[in-house]
Amino acid sequence: MKLNRRRFIGATAGATATLAAPMVRAASDGRPRVVVVGGGAGGATVARYLAKDSKGAIDVTLIEPTRTYYTCFFSNLYLGGLIPLEKIAHSYGTLAAEYGINVVHDWAVGIDRDARTVTTAGGYTFAYDKLVLSPGIDFVEGSVPGWDIDAQNEMPHAYKAGSQTELLRAQIMAMPEGGTYAMVAPPNPYRCPPGPYERVSMVARILKQHNPTAKILIADPKPKFSKMALFQEGWSNHYDGMIEWIGPDFGGDKVSVDPAAMTLDIDGEVTRVDVCNVIPAMKAGRICEIAGITDGNWAPVHARDLRSKMDDNIHVLGDSCAQGDMPKSGFSANSQAKVCANAVRGALTGSAVFPAKFSNTCWSSLDENDGVKVGATYEATDEKIAKVDGFISKTGEDATLRQATYEESFGWYEGITSDMFG
Amino acid sequence: MMKAKLHIMAAMATMAALGWGAPAAAHDHGDPERGAALFKACKACHQVGEGARNRVGPVLNGVFGRPAGSVEGFRYSAGMERESADGLVWTWETLDAYIENPKALVSKTRMSFRGIRDEQKRADLLAYLRLFSDNPADIPEAEPTEASALPNLSPEVLALVGDPAYGEYLSSECTTCHQVDGSDEGIPSITGWPVEDFVVAMHAYKEKIRPHPVMQMMAGRLSNEEIAALAAYFNGL
Ligand SMILES: Cc1cc2nc3c(=O)[nH]c(=O)nc-3n(C[C@H](O)[C@H](O)[C@H](O)COP(=O)(O)OP(=O)(O)OC[C@H]3O[C@@H](n4cnc5c(N)ncnc54)[C@H](O)[C@@H]3O)c2cc1C
Repeated sequence: MKLNRRRFIGATAGATATLAAPMVRAASDGRPRVVVVGGGAGGATVARYLAKDSKGAIDVTLIEPTRTYYTCFFSNLYLGGLIPLEKIAHSYGTLAAEYGINVVHDWAVGIDRDARTVTTAGGYTFAYDKLVLSPGIDFVEGSVPGWDIDAQNEMPHAYKAGSQTELLRAQIMAMPEGGTYAMVAPPNPYRCPPGPYERVSMVARILKQHNPTAKILIADPKPKFSKMALFQEGWSNHYDGMIEWIGPDFGGDKVSVDPAAMTLDIDGEVTRVDVCNVIPAMKAGRICEIAGITDGNWAPVHARDLRSKMDDNIHVLGDSCAQGDMPKSGFSANSQAKVCANAVRGALTGSAVFPAKFSNTCWSSLDENDGVKVGATYEATDEKIAKVDGFISKTGEDATLRQATYEESFGWYEGITSDMFG
Repeated sequence: MMKAKLHIMAAMATMAALGWGAPAAAHDHGDPERGAALFKACKACHQVGEGARNRVGPVLNGVFGRPAGSVEGFRYSAGMERESADGLVWTWETLDAYIENPKALVSKTRMSFRGIRDEQKRADLLAYLRLFSDNPADIPEAEPTEASALPNLSPEVLALVGDPAYGEYLSSECTTCHQVDGSDEGIPSITGWPVEDFVVAMHAYKEKIRPHPVMQMMAGRLSNEEIAALAAYFNGL
């Protein structure tokens, strides 16, 4: 006899309603208030779902410094010349105009957990009943000796999209004939496990067209990475002889850089390079640290509702949270946001709370019309979000399937960006 | 290569049919700390963790997702070699079956171990061993860390009347890729389908009859009511 899911839901919803009712704290106009910090894959989605599903019953404020959000997803395709930069740029106009979200373009700089307020660089204070943080990542200082944020013009990371992505593309296009593009790949965990390797594919693609004798060098602290066999097969199919990957067995974990001299030192061997794409180690967006809800580099959360383990009134989504088995991806952040929105709405208005379900799929482009993917479904356990099922593209797939996968990724991009921005 | 893959699928299907590796719902999730204590009994032959090497038995780092009989430099029994050639891969389910009764899975294995009857103890031991294989947060394709609890299928499923409100909630997973306005660039439209076609298609994915892996995965964990609810919701768009 299996647990009857519908009855189970009914019971949960009832329990939530009775528990939630006394927690509702009236705002000035009587509506409970949710403040969301960060308007990316997690933050924009949670703000939109809260506003949409509560039909105005919840007052939603979204704090995000940039007026134009450049998605990291598909930024590699821009580097590879497959899409223009405008394709990855999005504004918050619809969230404000059609969903009634109070969009504030400012930095959150302080969080008072006792008073339940967020202060911004612009000097404003916002009170909340529930706070959702989805500030993405920041870099771990000193993780690549010789590199710091002041060197990001000489040696771009392009791991937050926008001007950095444009800069990296310009540097690649300006490489001398037969020059070298180097990447310092990040240690685990970092946003988008296949991201650095999709980037290498896209850089190879553009170099093959414009600078076919150029070389690509990857210094990697990891012995193994996501979709490794698929990438290696793709690189030898499309860009044979161009890419050299140096793993930890050959010193890929002992790297330093000199941005002034444009050199890369791999275990004592110094190479002069023309482009040096340094992707440092990552940690939760700094506002999580400021809020005092991190343990080590990340903010631990409960699996069922993405609630901080340090504060019941704060939820943390996406790259910043430590939740278990989900990779840090836009798809994951979006998936977590919907579960979180359902739980927060339930807590504030007594609406039904459904069981948490999560999924992720990461598509990667090896070349135009050659796409691969890896995906999984996840469930919430008492300890963590646990992977329960999954799939990955196979090596040796035929061109028709690869083209279909490539086209599918464009469909996904349209889907997730309208799910985020309306 | 392809042949081996097919064998794996066949082996998995057989195991599922035999009811091995029953879903986690039947017991508590494994506790790695209790598992570490249980592992002491295995230590006479097996090493795991930093610096672990082959001893009487092969090293257990990275065992999840590894084809059976594939540790370099280890001499396996003929029985294990044959399972390896047939495409046996170590997953939560296959390892669970193996440590329950080694000889039932690999009849001529050299592992002289009675097996562990207690399901909870096996879950604890596997939860401990799982710590030394790839982490799905870093390598998304790494083996699952839990078994999913799937609902039973019954012949009445087509007659179920779905709740469109629940369908709307569930649909947020679909609309990450499929557009609500019904446009289809790269990913097909799923709005306005007749309810029955929708339900049949979803069950075809769930049973892995229709081939698309994302849809197999998505449908694979939807219950009959959930599929009915989604059908009702998308039909009304
Ligand atoms: C090159 C690359 C390729 C990728 N490709 C894919 C892909 O194909 N598929 C996929 O699913 N994922 C991909 N990703 C990963 C994806 O971009 C991230 O995982 C996702 O954006 C995480 O969402 P988030 O909400 O946690 O953070 P973000 O989307 O980064 O959003 C964080 C937002 O918070 C804001 N913010 C930060 N601090 C503050 C503050 N103090 N106050 C106010 N606002 C603040 C920032 O301005 C930012 O807009 C890729 C990433 C990279 C770098």
